[in-house]
Amino acid sequence: MKKVAIIGVGHSRFGERQDVNVRELAFESVKPALEEAGLTPRDIPYVSVGSIGVWYEEPLPAVAVAEYCGLTGVGLTRVEAACATGSAAVYSAYTAVASGYVDISLVIGVEKMREVDTFTAVELMGRAGSYLWEFENFGLTFPGYYALYATAYMNRFGASEEDLALVAVKNHKYGAMNPLAHIQREITVEDVLSSYVVAWPLKLYDCCPITDGSAAIVLASEEKVKELKIDTPVWIAGIGSSSGTGTLSYRSDFIGLDAAVKASRIAYKMAGVEPRDIEVANVHDCFTIAEIMAYEDLGFCDRGEGFKMVREGQTEIGGRIPINIDGGLKAKGHPIGATGVSMMVELTKQLKEEVKPSSRQAPMKNYVALAHNVGGTGHYCYVTILRR
Amino acid sequence: MSEMPTLPSRKLEISYHIPINKTKKFWDGLREGKIYGVKCRKCGKLYFPPVADCGECYSSEMDWVELSGEGEVLTFTHIIIRPTSFQDQQPYTVAIAQLKEGVKALAWLKDVRRKDIRIGMKVKMVPRISEEGRITYEFKPAEKKE
Repeated sequence: MKKVAIIGVGHSRFGERQDVNVRELAFESVKPALEEAGLTPRDIPYVSVGSIGVWYEEPLPAVAVAEYCGLTGVGLTRVEAACATGSAAVYSAYTAVASGYVDISLVIGVEKMREVDTFTAVELMGRAGSYLWEFENFGLTFPGYYALYATAYMNRFGASEEDLALVAVKNHKYGAMNPLAHIQREITVEDVLSSYVVAWPLKLYDCCPITDGSAAIVLASEEKVKELKIDTPVWIAGIGSSSGTGTLSYRSDFIGLDAAVKASRIAYKMAGVEPRDIEVANVHDCFTIAEIMAYEDLGFCDRGEGFKMVREGQTEIGGRIPINIDGGLKAKGHPIGATGVSMMVELTKQLKEEVKPSSRQAPMKNYVALAHNVGGTGHYCYVTILRR
Repeated sequence: MSEMPTLPSRKLEISYHIPINKTKKFWDGLREGKIYGVKCRKCGKLYFPPVADCGECYSSEMDWVELSGEGEVLTFTHIIIRPTSFQDQQPYTVAIAQLKEGVKALAWLKDVRRKDIRIGMKVKMVPRISEEGRITYEFKPAEKKE
């Protein structure tokens, strides 16, 4: 397989973006990504678009977005992997270049979730999993899926609601430093504990917001990187993908996500690194419990120890491994199709030491970063390792 | 919703007609007060919810097996913020239980105060016709054996 680099990134402001439609929102990311790579739409042979859709009017978002960005005629795919859709779109574009089939590809992640009301968004997300057996009669919501894990995890390992709240407090701290984040405001443990219950034991501030946003990256082969004289390419060193059952009751336990364990082991092996080599990471904190399980699934600590890493500040800047220092899904927001691509944009900037403000820059020694993007409740998982 | 100018799209109401031909005995069973799983005749794997084809050994020879419904709560949540199509329901408790026969099941847990629910509590899964007339099943606290 050929080496593949990220040579251009773009990222829209995340938030309630009813000032733009899906095409215009995608354009906000595609333009800077192509500009940074020094390319025009005519140079792009393959585009992979990650978007769930259903909450906005266009059923064929890839076509709508490609047309608007002057990419009509390009080889085009739309990808779905629930909340890991963005990473799945990266995977598709990565394999196209790694295989030698094309030498350049473009990934666009975009989601417009605020065109429907909150309860409809809750319904559309809740239906995604095992509709017939877990939604039709039982109305299980997406916060509900993770709440089932939170209840089991807390009971098993003795983590408290305060421990979960600390994840939100940390990620809001960094979100407040990120001008592109949906919620740029610090919160306290008390704010989290006193917010209303969404799906017990998860409260409003345990949950990521419903967000609009887009992100884009340009990928290129090693030959193209040389030809284009790219200064600081960031290499995709490893990608792992795995999946879990749709029906939760088919699973063996509710304290971790098997798909994340498997995907990460594939990615580590491919990149030739171990968990202790990772210097900065973005993990899928759609809910506070999800970030804690992610530490354990990724091997950053043993099972049942994740909440202690947060307690001890090990995942803040200055700690053992800074995690979600762009605010994470929790504060930056989670525009589903864009999230995985947004992780690549953030980590590319971290690896290039270009993060602004620089107080949000992780210290780098060996330049190894990891993105962990979960679809559903471990229905899908993608782990991507980047190196400079 | 935002104050930005928007154009409301045309409305579309969708209801899917989900085929249950191959699992009809399960739905008929609920009406008769029974809860069925299926067991693969070839590899012996027991499934709940039931399936027509075994994903383990690819056999389609399945036997219907009545389940006791007896089990223990593994985890639970109270759904306070409900989806659009559950807005007319009061907040509900969803639990996953380990059934005696070895499979797990997910359903609403009813007839128990929220503060009395514990992981490990004994429950029984029973069929129920909902207020809307849908055939479903739910957990109830198991009868205490004297």
